Amino acid sequence: MKEIVCISGKGGTGKSSVVSALAWIAKENLVVADCDVDAADLHLIFSPTARKSEDFYSGIKAEIDPAKCIGCGLCAQKCRFDAICRKDGVYEVSALDCEGCGYCYHICPTKAISLPEQLVGNCYTSDTRFNCSLVHAKLGIGADNSGKLVARVKNEAKVLAKKEEKDYLLVDGSPGIGCPVISSLSGADIVLMVTEPSLSAQSDLARLWELIQKFQISAACIINKADINPEISQTIRTWLQKEGIRHLADLPYSSDFQIAITNGQSVTEQNNTKWQPMFLKIWESLKEIQ
Amino acid sequence: MRIAIASGKGGTGKTTLAVNLALKLAENHSTALLDLDVEEPNSGIFLSGQDVQNLRAVRMVPQWDQKSCSLCGKCPTHCRYNAVIRLGDYIMVLPELCHSCYACSELCPDNALPMQEQSLGQIRHLRSGNLDFVESRLDIGLEQASPLIGQALDYADSHFENHKYQILDSPPGTSCAMISATKTADYAILISEPTPFGLYDLSLAVETMRHLEIDFGVVVNRWGIGNSDILDYLDKEHITLLAKIPHNREIAKSYSQGEILYQSFPEVDQAICMIIRHLEGIA
Repeated sequence: MKEIVCISGKGGTGKSSVVSALAWIAKENLVVADCDVDAADLHLIFSPTARKSEDFYSGIKAEIDPAKCIGCGLCAQKCRFDAICRKDGVYEVSALDCEGCGYCYHICPTKAISLPEQLVGNCYTSDTRFNCSLVHAKLGIGADNSGKLVARVKNEAKVLAKKEEKDYLLVDGSPGIGCPVISSLSGADIVLMVTEPSLSAQSDLARLWELIQKFQISAACIINKADINPEISQTIRTWLQKEGIRHLADLPYSSDFQIAITNGQSVTEQNNTKWQPMFLKIWESLKEIQ
Repeated sequence: MRIAIASGKGGTGKTTLAVNLALKLAENHSTALLDLDVEEPNSGIFLSGQDVQNLRAVRMVPQWDQKSCSLCGKCPTHCRYNAVIRLGDYIMVLPELCHSCYACSELCPDNALPMQEQSLGQIRHLRSGNLDFVESRLDIGLEQASPLIGQALDYADSHFENHKYQILDSPPGTSCAMISATKTADYAILISEPTPFGLYDLSLAVETMRHLEIDFGVVVNRWGIGNSDILDYLDKEHITLLAKIPHNREIAKSYSQGEILYQSFPEVDQAICMIIRHLEGIA
């Protein structure tokens, strides 16, 4: 089973559109994982019906029992995250600022502090109208540990792909290069970067590539909306060649993408004759990558 | 007044709005623009100015001092992030998992885990006329964006206290980085686009702002694509629509080259003016 992770550095370059189109092409032979857990959108295209739904707990946050707190203030003094404040003679934890380190728990002289586990979000395994399974999640509002939820979604999807004897796991990742992205890259075989010809996307792509090189992963790239700025597209193609990244395709700027999303479809469904051959070619090239 | 520009979905126009709004405000007021999308900072592509300061941001992580260590085994139990592990007679520190809480270091009976500086990223301060611009850029490979975002905000606290406006270009999403960037704001502008993806992610950003108890309004970008469901949503939720920026392929092209939009596109200028009028009303 090969794991293909689709990421971009910059947001809004078309990751989810590309993943939806590829899933439509390869539907019989893959499991899809939406690892953009704090802004997950694939469910809007895949129409999932959850066959499994689980709460995901990870990490802790401190809580102070006001009945036991003597107001000594040691916890507030030691907390590096300014998460503990005095209120009405006792101390209180701001859940928003608490990083769950548990330092306060160890030093409280009256053992007034507990460390309850936190609900990070929900993780779903679903049937979809594409005849492939989708593993997706919803990060709780204000919840920490999105990287852990990404790892959970990916792991769940991996186990499922093996169980269902699928050859591919296709992962839709987050923008950026921080913890959720690093989490989605771990264990991947191929990374598919989706970029666009803008100075911003180009700069983000270069930073993303610097990160990817820390992992042992084969890389390929699609330039979306390539005709918006042909000069920058050319610069990116030259750069890809220099860096040894496979350039799979230039996709033209087209309102078909927005129309497809608005209709809850993949672009390959929305305008099959135009996009099916293009994405079939991309999928075939991805399959050839070792 | 500190105003966060955020979105939920990536690529909806946060940086474009932040840069154009900050430059327009700076025509008449002392203004600071902070690029807090530390993983992928882009505001700097659109701005130039004179270097004021270039700082290396650091954070503190423990380092094992083998000579002082009695191998009591307490440090791994004090670390909630599995950043301090015992392997036989060795204590291993994994800095990428460390949250700099100091628990292992300060609770060590042998003082065998002194805290030491580790590079976190770069904070660069430029000035151009009335505009102070601060870019924060995370070192590649580091997982946690929030500590650097916090340091950039501290920098703004100590340098721009008397500025009339501070504009925060925030990271996408709704997780810890976005929360760190927006939680100290007096007001947030959420920018989205009229597609189901834009609407769904906007609704998550709205819930996040309500959770943080931050007052906010919405800008609809690329108006003309998708459908009008987003307006029905704003209406139903009693959310202020600050402005609509029409979809225009020429705007996309101009943006791609790193150009400032409000001077060339009257529709962008008009949207920015409407936003400023609203901000003046709540200041």
